[in-house]
Amino acid sequence: MEFLIATSIKLGLIAFVLLTALAYIQWVERKVIAHVQVRMGPSRVGPHGLLQPLADVIKLITKEGVLPPHVNKVFYLAAPILAVFMALITISVIPFGTSITVMGHTTMMELADVNVGILVILAVSSMGVYGIALAGWSSNNKYSLLGGLRSSAQMISYELPMSLAIAAPLLSAGSLSLRSITNSQAGFSLGVIPHWAIFAFPAPQIFSFIIFMIAAFAETNRIPFDLPEAENELVAGFHVEYSSMSFAAFFMAEYANMVTVCCVATLLFLGGWHPLWPSAYGSDFLAPLIFAGSGAICIYHGINYVRPFDRITLPVFGVIFLGLAGIFLIPQLVPILMPLFWFLAKMSFLLFVFIWIRATLPRFRYDQLMSFAWKFLFPVALVNLLVTGFLVALVS
Amino acid sequence: MVDLLFFGLFATVAVLCAINVVVQKHPISSALSLVGVMASLAVLYLLLGGEFIAMAQIIVYAGAVMVLFIFVIMLLNAGIEVRRGRSWMATIFGAPALLGLLGVLACLLVRWFPDSPVIKFGDFTGGTAKEVGMALFTDYLLPFEVTSVLILIAILGAVVLARKELD
Repeated sequence: MEFLIATSIKLGLIAFVLLTALAYIQWVERKVIAHVQVRMGPSRVGPHGLLQPLADVIKLITKEGVLPPHVNKVFYLAAPILAVFMALITISVIPFGTSITVMGHTTMMELADVNVGILVILAVSSMGVYGIALAGWSSNNKYSLLGGLRSSAQMISYELPMSLAIAAPLLSAGSLSLRSITNSQAGFSLGVIPHWAIFAFPAPQIFSFIIFMIAAFAETNRIPFDLPEAENELVAGFHVEYSSMSFAAFFMAEYANMVTVCCVATLLFLGGWHPLWPSAYGSDFLAPLIFAGSGAICIYHGINYVRPFDRITLPVFGVIFLGLAGIFLIPQLVPILMPLFWFLAKMSFLLFVFIWIRATLPRFRYDQLMSFAWKFLFPVALVNLLVTGFLVALVS
Repeated sequence: MVDLLFFGLFATVAVLCAINVVVQKHPISSALSLVGVMASLAVLYLLLGGEFIAMAQIIVYAGAVMVLFIFVIMLLNAGIEVRRGRSWMATIFGAPALLGLLGVLACLLVRWFPDSPVIKFGDFTGGTAKEVGMALFTDYLLPFEVTSVLILIAILGAVVLARKELD
């Protein structure tokens, strides 16, 4: 009974935070890309465009859902549901931090600690390609079909280097459970260098990490590998014929997949919730410092305002940030909040890299994409796995 | 009790999907029904305690093999199959012969293994990745390697068939 209640609460919390975050990642993406291109980005709806995601959601829900007459109805309607379902379900096996104790009940910060967790993620994400492939095929449109074909070929090709890159850190972790993989990266060598997989002795997984991230871009159909929806050749690729909520479902699935691969990269390679340097040297004070700094900057710019409304909005944000800094200073909450902070910080940084690269790099050509996967990435991943296995066997 | 419920549910889904593979007229529908069979089989493995095998089943069959099937079907743009009329033999004797065959199989199973124990879900604990790996690389090393060579031959055959003629 206790398990049921705890799981229901966690389920509700994770679903709410994830869905809100998915909407706001899109806001962050538009803002970041706008600033890279020296524009303002969304700024009309709410202060600094912060209510833009809400406006977008309302717009997408209230739009008319067009069912084109030439589609294969069953698969056309099932495809977006399949895509978003497979994308959202993977979050259930991802641990966000250490355990949390509320009124004598201790519970882990995840929905399910499956002892083949990483395989569950691989399995579910490999099923996700059906959504896109079926959408492309059932739309009965040549652009959609080309998009669907490209996407299935691309995802199968990049799954191989991705799996090989995942296998390498598993060799030194010796487990398939995401929680024990992360816990195997706790501690520091020489007192300061963290035992994260990318720094680990004897086989630093830095190459695996890079291969994984490259493959992750392809698996989530992001620039520079967004060939399935290349606008200038395929209009919009596999979702040409979709509108309203079914279009939003594909959109959501893409962002949910991005969150998932960033979580997996954090857990496998960047030590999950373990800090960059020991708390003996004050790593616990990083979060309050960052929040207090942001708060101070906001208040300063609120006082010396450029635009009139900054006089009101920026001090409000400043006070919120200072409040967050205060929460992180409460000693009872530090063991719960700091792991969560480190996990979210690393994951957000990786998400930022995704957006940053979208604003920076052009798209690959299709033949380049395929030959890159098979002739470069796959052999490199294979050699990396062999070397890692050799080094791990040599030391143990 | 819950075990039996889940077994009944997913066994039924597996059988229904398997029948659907044959009944459906469109190749894509058949292929997707096959995905359903694979997924229900994976759930049955999971119920039996073979979690690694269950996940491998989904990754390999549902995630890779069937995606390739669907890719090929989409690429060739295979249309709806035209159903030809069955012969009078199949129409009359088909269903009774199938029932008879199943009856004979059930009868033989009961005759040959009269007191085989009933499997309970959760009894088997050797399904972790570690145990499977240990079994593969100690007791079953020779069959494992022979299978690998067999698959390698198949790959070589495919490469030879797909290679462009050099003139």
